[in-house]
Amino acid sequence: MGKTFAEKALGRAAGREVRAGDIVTVYPDFCLSHENAASVSRTFKSTGAQKVYDPDRIVIVFDHTVPAPTGGYAENQKVIREFVKEQGIRHFYDMNCHGGICHQILCQEGFAAPGLIIVGSDSHTCTHGALGAFATGLGRSEVASIWATGKLWLRVPETIKINVTGSFKPGVGAKDLILKIIGDIGGAGADYLSVEYHGPGIEAMSLGERMTICNMGVEMGSKNSVCRPDEKVFKHLEGCAKKEWEAIWADEDAEYIRELNYDLGELVPALAMPGRVDNWEPVTEQTGKPIDQAFIGTCTNGRLEDLREAARILKGKRVKVRTIVQPASVKVYMDALKEGIIETMMEAGCVMNHPGCGPCVGVCGGIIADGEVCISTANRNFTGRMGGKGSEIILASPATVAASAIAGAVADPREAIK
Amino acid sequence: MIITGKVFKYGDDVSTDLIFPGRYTYLPLEEADMAQYALSGLDPDFAAADAEGGIIAGGFNWGCGSAREQAVKSLKAKGIRAVIAKGIARIYYRNCINEGLLPIVCPEAAEAIENGETVTIDTEKSVITAAGREFSFPEFPPFVMGIIESGGLIESIKAELK
Repeated sequence: MGKTFAEKALGRAAGREVRAGDIVTVYPDFCLSHENAASVSRTFKSTGAQKVYDPDRIVIVFDHTVPAPTGGYAENQKVIREFVKEQGIRHFYDMNCHGGICHQILCQEGFAAPGLIIVGSDSHTCTHGALGAFATGLGRSEVASIWATGKLWLRVPETIKINVTGSFKPGVGAKDLILKIIGDIGGAGADYLSVEYHGPGIEAMSLGERMTICNMGVEMGSKNSVCRPDEKVFKHLEGCAKKEWEAIWADEDAEYIRELNYDLGELVPALAMPGRVDNWEPVTEQTGKPIDQAFIGTCTNGRLEDLREAARILKGKRVKVRTIVQPASVKVYMDALKEGIIETMMEAGCVMNHPGCGPCVGVCGGIIADGEVCISTANRNFTGRMGGKGSEIILASPATVAASAIAGAVADPREAIK
Repeated sequence: MIITGKVFKYGDDVSTDLIFPGRYTYLPLEEADMAQYALSGLDPDFAAADAEGGIIAGGFNWGCGSAREQAVKSLKAKGIRAVIAKGIARIYYRNCINEGLLPIVCPEAAEAIENGETVTIDTEKSVITAAGREFSFPEFPPFVMGIIESGGLIESIKAELK
């Protein structure tokens, strides 16, 4: 019997043969945190430890509260800067020209690489599976514990295999696939499980599209999501890999607890209606539903290909609702500037935010009021997440959000690109 | 470990955004101060309730969403000692263990338990006594129970580093 990706990656990290259900102790290659590093550093110190286990395995990226919108957030950041200096942490991305959303930075800058174990005090750490890493989110205590001891226990998960074939029709993209999968499996349908993406449909995708898919793994409860590392990954890592890596993939005869098949050609533009990420509906069911705000960005859909797709629809048009655009990193922002994408978006009436997470998590840069509706390219639509208690979020692709911004209501991107 | 307490019952898909909204998440709060925000996105009466020694009964996918540990810490600061749910999201489940708050997945018990009733959890027998019946749940691996009994991961790390 062959092995799954999770069995191989965790076995490699544990230095022994393992199977689903086994408990392993691993020393993660990279341990990520963002502004919650302030809280983690206090917890770390409460353990009595003086120095972190290995400062080179710690990555800290400011993204949730940038630029600091209040004195409290500024104080919080100050605590982290001091800790970074005190502990000699090299991999620190402050709010400057090198920064961005933590998951974008780890993938963009060569931390995320095949076979590595990457953990972080952010639930969307699963994004890094797009480059073939075993990556999963943790809470703050656990990250403090890794800072102190270097190690972590994990149960080797069982795996769901998802086979993807075909190619997208115009106006349909990676976000529409993952929203459909979550709608089918359910918000807890992959609880505690590993999800592997197989097939030519995935192979044809850019790394950015794969990141969109792996990013939302946690929205169906999964421990990690992963795509097969291929030439696209290897080429990207040339010259930027932060650590030696090894390409690992599942055996042909690995054992799965469930298998699902998707043909990209059969997908339609999708929405996740407010309240639950698995609340899938085709865009045609809600066309014309009024919105108050549109938001294009986040670790799910703030990359160059996302901005490009949105700009293609926005070009020469004018948005009817306030529309916020927030690139996933400064590099993405610069690349989009050079390509003329930002100019197109601003001419259409969009407002640019500095790269970060602010509106998605309801912290800064585009909070919505009670009773308002935002259509967003983010990954979560829990009631009140973006601000006011009764505020609502509709999740969609960059193309659908752009088309809706122009219409001032939910709109079908296929109509906009005709 | 035996826990007896009053139940606060909620429904399915209660996200960490509802348990501890994002606008409080990146502020440097003391644990005691987190209690006032516990469940503030869902139940405006919880802040004023006496929840000392209490137990949460949840539906499917309790604690889904963000990894924010305050969604466990704030309940603990409010006096909650255990969560019995039809399902608990993975990161929330680990956060419970790491905060020394007992996470029990037992769909039958979570369904039968009524809001406000007094429930007993016996971890040695792996049994919940509620609604006049007994419900069994899967035993915790000894090392996991060890973390919970020592008051959470940080307490157990302190002992390890000594």
